Amino acid sequence: MRLRFNFTLGLVLVLTAVVCALGAPWLAPFDPILDADLMSSELPPGGGHLMGTDGQGRDVWSRVLYGAQVSLAVGVISQVINSCIGTALGVSAGYFGGWWDDLVNGLTNVMLAIPSLVFALAIMAVLGPGLPSLLIALGLTNWSWTCRIARSSTLSLKNQGFVQAARTAGFGDLNIMRTQILPNILGPVLVIGTLGIGSAILAEAALSFLGIGIRPPQPSWGNMLSDARELIRTAPWAAIFPGLAIFATVLGFNLLGDGLRDMLDPHMRTRKA
Amino acid sequence: MSDHLPDPILSVRDLRICAARQHQILHGVSFDILPGETYGLVGESGSGKSVTGLAVLGLLKRPLAVNGGALYFKDRELLKLSARERRRLRGDRMAMVFQEPMTALNPLATIGRQIAEMFVIHRGMGWTQARAKAVEALENVRVPAPEERARAYPHQLSGGMRQRVMIAMALACRPDLLIADEPTTALDVTVQAGVLELIADLCRAEGTAVLLVSHDLGVIANMCQRVGVMDRGRLVEEQDTRALFENPLHPYTRGLLAARPRLGSRIAGQRGRLTELDQVVTASDRGRDAPTLVTPRGPREEVTA
Repeated sequence: MRLRFNFTLGLVLVLTAVVCALGAPWLAPFDPILDADLMSSELPPGGGHLMGTDGQGRDVWSRVLYGAQVSLAVGVISQVINSCIGTALGVSAGYFGGWWDDLVNGLTNVMLAIPSLVFALAIMAVLGPGLPSLLIALGLTNWSWTCRIARSSTLSLKNQGFVQAARTAGFGDLNIMRTQILPNILGPVLVIGTLGIGSAILAEAALSFLGIGIRPPQPSWGNMLSDARELIRTAPWAAIFPGLAIFATVLGFNLLGDGLRDMLDPHMRTRKA
Repeated sequence: MSDHLPDPILSVRDLRICAARQHQILHGVSFDILPGETYGLVGESGSGKSVTGLAVLGLLKRPLAVNGGALYFKDRELLKLSARERRRLRGDRMAMVFQEPMTALNPLATIGRQIAEMFVIHRGMGWTQARAKAVEALENVRVPAPEERARAYPHQLSGGMRQRVMIAMALACRPDLLIADEPTTALDVTVQAGVLELIADLCRAEGTAVLLVSHDLGVIANMCQRVGVMDRGRLVEEQDTRALFENPLHPYTRGLLAARPRLGSRIAGQRGRLTELDQVVTASDRGRDAPTLVTPRGPREEVTA
């Protein structure tokens, strides 16, 4: 019952973020970049501005809505890249073993040893700021857990009777990995993926906060926080609301991932059946 | 080969298998399986029955490896084929039924899909056609309501049903040889009889030869025309089933027959243990290439290993 509640809460939070991102052009009362009015800067929430205005008089609510687009796009797309890389490497390493396994394992350990944010920072420094390079930087630096999970699940699966049976039935290696192993590891990979979306959103915020994520006039939750840093005493709402948005979205994805894990757990499934 | 016998579908010649290049598991095993024949391999655990079956399929796992001998399948030397050619044969010309029906099916795919995959892979059919053929295959193995069962997942079926599905998959492409590795060991006795009968019927109808690996002498007696007895990696005796049961020549076979559990023989001391042998027939003396299917026993030598 409690698990169900967590999962539902996660789903609601994530769906809210998605609706905000997709509906930003209709929901936002102001343009997030152009409607700057220094005369009405640092207005507190209320009146015409639901969440107040920031240092340049831009509507915080509108910017949070448009920022959701960036955050979700970065979170989802970079995590999809991560999951694909991690699954492909992990499954092939576990399945074939030998030198390929050693190589992938070594690579995974290297990735785990370097803090992924530092690595992403280095990639961003090379590629320069902007959305595409952000996707690449975050998509290439966070696949090690997926790879680990995929590899260990594959190791235990490949000695299962049905994989053996598929081999006697003349399935090729690729076919076995695709039809026998992949569906069986999809659960854990999916769970790791949803959890990873949360951390990718945080990483985006961190990079933008540091000034090398999304280029400034375009709003992202991270660079909104960064801009609001100096106003924290005079206009705290400019920092609080993007912060709350990050918090709610990351919490939503984590609850979703947790709930998914519990729902995919075979023990839970048998209890229901 | 002799003149009066048809060419064997599978001819195992002096097959040797070792583990990690040091320990010999199979010390040169030779036997032939004729088209449409059911050949039994009996022996205790670890005598090399299953390994022989896996070697024929080409699925030995490291550290096991073939290190001598030859395997002829319809005049093709299996050990000289490429991995790809051997894979093409598996499931298409030779198939296998496993001991454990509980784990041998992918838990996340429907029965129908798993059978249909056989047709897609080996016959290049489209999914719709393959699915129809899968329902037909389920019908052939006497699964009730095949349309419905094709949409079921493995965990929704009983052990006997799953083994029927395995048989349907194995026989989907009408192979020439079916290797059945203890196909009924995991099933209870009543289901066992039905499954065995099914294998016998289907293979008789299609002319499929069967290599039946089992330690159950009752099963062997019911199913097989000829039986090979294995002991510690050697084929110690090979005879027609009737002759083997009536007149076992090798002392190991006699021990094996004597070790069968019988009703009403629970009184202590009456039921002997399987006799320990300190002697074994050497490989070189067996004269397996003689044009007879009944192997004469050679002189024995002390077992060293």
